[in-house]
Amino acid sequence: MTTRLGVRRILMGAAAPLLAIVVAVVVTSLILLVAGDPVGAVWAQLFKVPLPRQIVAIINAGTVYYLSAIAVAIGFKMNLFNIGVDGQYRVASFAAALFAGQGWLPGWLNVIVALLVAMASGALWAGIAGLLRVTRGVSEVISTIMLNAIATFLVAFLLSKTAVKVVGSNATNTKPIPEGSRVPGISLDGLIATPSRVYGLIVLAVVVGFLYWFVLNKTRFGFDLRATGRSETAAVASGVNVKRMVFTSMLLSGAAAGLVGMPLLFGQDYVYGDTVQSGLGFAGIAIALLGRNNPIGIAFAALLFAFLDAQGNGLQITAGVSDRLVLVIQGVIVLSVVIAYEVVRRAGIRLEQRTVAAQLAEQARTPLEGARS
Amino acid sequence: MCVITSEPDPQRTSEDAAIDGGSMSRTEPVTTEGGSGTPVVVLRGITKRFPGVVANKDIALTVERGTVHAIVGENGAGKSTLMKILYGVQQPDEGTIVIEGKELTLRTPSDAIAAGIGMVFQHFQLADNFTVLENVVLGAEKLHGIGDRARRKISEISDAYGLGVRPDALVADLGVGARQRIEILKVLYRGARIIILDEPTAVLVPQEVDELFGNLRELKSEGLTVMFISHKLDEVLKVADAITVIRRGTTVAEVLPEGVTARDLAQLMVGSELPSPSTEESTVTDRPVLRIESTTVADPLGGRDVLTDIDLTIHAGEIVGIAGVEGNGQAELVEVIMGMREPASGQIVLGDIDTSDWHTREIREAGIGYIPEDRQRHALLLEAPLWENVILGHQTDPVNLTGPGNTLIDAAAAKRETQEIVDLYDVRTPSINVTSGSLSGGNQQKLIIGREMRRNPRVLVAAHPTRGVDVGAQAAIWDHIKAARRDGLGVLLISADLEELVGLSDTIRVILRGRLSGDFDPDTVTKEELGAAMTGAADVQPRSDEPDAVEPDAVARDALDAPSSHPSRREAPPASPTERSQP
Repeated sequence: MTTRLGVRRILMGAAAPLLAIVVAVVVTSLILLVAGDPVGAVWAQLFKVPLPRQIVAIINAGTVYYLSAIAVAIGFKMNLFNIGVDGQYRVASFAAALFAGQGWLPGWLNVIVALLVAMASGALWAGIAGLLRVTRGVSEVISTIMLNAIATFLVAFLLSKTAVKVVGSNATNTKPIPEGSRVPGISLDGLIATPSRVYGLIVLAVVVGFLYWFVLNKTRFGFDLRATGRSETAAVASGVNVKRMVFTSMLLSGAAAGLVGMPLLFGQDYVYGDTVQSGLGFAGIAIALLGRNNPIGIAFAALLFAFLDAQGNGLQITAGVSDRLVLVIQGVIVLSVVIAYEVVRRAGIRLEQRTVAAQLAEQARTPLEGARS
Repeated sequence: MCVITSEPDPQRTSEDAAIDGGSMSRTEPVTTEGGSGTPVVVLRGITKRFPGVVANKDIALTVERGTVHAIVGENGAGKSTLMKILYGVQQPDEGTIVIEGKELTLRTPSDAIAAGIGMVFQHFQLADNFTVLENVVLGAEKLHGIGDRARRKISEISDAYGLGVRPDALVADLGVGARQRIEILKVLYRGARIIILDEPTAVLVPQEVDELFGNLRELKSEGLTVMFISHKLDEVLKVADAITVIRRGTTVAEVLPEGVTARDLAQLMVGSELPSPSTEESTVTDRPVLRIESTTVADPLGGRDVLTDIDLTIHAGEIVGIAGVEGNGQAELVEVIMGMREPASGQIVLGDIDTSDWHTREIREAGIGYIPEDRQRHALLLEAPLWENVILGHQTDPVNLTGPGNTLIDAAAAKRETQEIVDLYDVRTPSINVTSGSLSGGNQQKLIIGREMRRNPRVLVAAHPTRGVDVGAQAAIWDHIKAARRDGLGVLLISADLEELVGLSDTIRVILRGRLSGDFDPDTVTKEELGAAMTGAADVQPRSDEPDAVEPDAVARDALDAPSSHPSRREAPPASPTERSQP
């Protein structure tokens, strides 16, 4: 019985995202038709087998997306909508780059402490929103949006104060991280033929994903957090200090957000500059939604988004369609997945009620049970 | 046996109907059954299935014009489902509905309203910040407009049936009884000739109940038909002209109030021996386990204090019952004990430690068990499995924990614990891994009781522990409370069910506007005395700053003797002060 319920749960879990992807394909095709673009060529480009080089790029982008989505998911588990992951990771990346670039500490120690600096800065930035929420009742949605804007200007301002000029370039960057503190990539030689390497800090994503799963599902703290997310009123009555819980989970979400830029910083860019990739935090929201806040689900969602990004690059050349189409597809996926989850969730509840009632009715039919009141 | 889902779900209904395919088309000639009068409502073979549960089965019911027809049955027997079917909220899977000689299919409440059926729900559906007029015309603007024409019509109806409703009064200023009369007026305004009242007395104190019955007699004398759903048998016997008993979803008997006793009816409802809440010998000790000392709780919105100067002592082995009309400070009293609300002054002493500034978790750890009033919102995680719900509220109990510093949840232990609770407390569930939301209300409550009792609390704060629970589960819950009390548990019992209070409590206190009355002895107190204390008619503290009003007791007696003879009806019993001192 238990296993049957378990299998059913997994099937129900997978049903919604698959459904959403199908809907996204249909809707996007309609858009292409209306716009008079070649439908077939677009899907041929998007769904062709990626080149080995692209596979590595997909894994790398997926790693970054994964961290971002986990940061968002921590908030989601508490019914907190941390839209500020974007601002948090930029503040944190800047702080970590600034710190690591000084080379005060040798080799790996520099990396580890820089990661801690990133987590602390991300937590600090998110903590402002958390503090406002618990003391003044300010919605974290509003405050994190504003903190995103502030982060943009604050980082630009501080960057201009601390940047080192590179001769012959207009780029404004922090001081590059010393050679000894760069994290080497992992080669996929033997698996696929490409000189490209996977970010060394993919390990970080794996560790964060595991911790996310472990803390939420196995610890007392995680139980309190999930209880609060499921029913704040019941959590209060059970003795959870909800304000403290809101603040703590904002800090944790911010700390995870702080790590988003780290694989890029230590594995590819080695500096924080004005060309740093933005928008990762917003992608994280979509990916967390698609992955149902589940550490494995988020991994799949992150890879799917990275895959679409990579495949979309060729759209302009092969199909004559803007690569922005990928954003449309991603948007439709998220929109339909939110709807699909709600539909599937309700169906699941109903199905379970039906099963329970049917099984109880079955029990009641046995003579001994039926006689008892 | 009861409908498990918390939200009405049209989708399920249609699915189910599809499964039953075709049985809807059964038609029968309309006949009068042993009737002296004219049947206005005839239900035949009504069957309604919910997944795995038959809520109604082969219901047969004939209601005659100009009568008050009571439908009685225990919680979950299917009364409400039946009324929802009659009001078009749900569609039957089988059976026919004949209204005033015409066979009808009621798909929506609008169909029912068009057929002259009106429903007054247990929970009023009024906008507080609107006047009576505005509330009545809301959604029925087309009938008589929203101005003077509507006002005249309302006054006309109010006068015709003696409802005593003033069209321009603000609903927020009105008491429960008056609000109910507005609800009745609302359905009359929409042209109802058949009025369904769903547990109308649940929210009323005894005096208001008598007033309502006066109104019902008046409606009846004007040729309207009232269908009255209740499980309070004394009331039913007082007001009904005919009584239909529903048990396990089907009509088991139709009786006349003459010649049956409440006990006969109860036997018909339950179909077996009646449970009784009464405790045997006293187990009260002189050892206080919880003392609340001159505690005052301020209104966070700045109004009158929600609790004023509360003094209350619970001894080991004692059940202290709190009676009162809902909203007079019961919820706040519970919350301040549980640490969910901060007292402005006073202290709460558990054993001999002041816990008034403790956090909820510390208070629970110190041994106060808590059965919240609203189990779905405060006691359960509806989408979590049973075993996680058993941890809830006891997250820091070593039983549920493992690992270094007890930081990890011990799922295996919690599951064993859950299995024991399921066995010992007779929670009907196929597995401990199903979500708590999929259990029926009674089984949810048994799980909660088990969870709290298993931790051997010193004090149990129980708010409405048997609300919405079927008779079998109710008896079991009472037995568990009584057993724990014999072992020295102190219980604070808050209940709207006076019978439960009188039967279980060793001491009864009445709460009114945030103040506690003196002690009542449950062995000698009458329902009328409690009712008077609950409305302030016999308040222990006289107050001079508030105007006197009509004594509810007198009104009630009036209503009993001559329903249409008293002109001045009380508009606002609990909300506006009607205290007076008794000699």
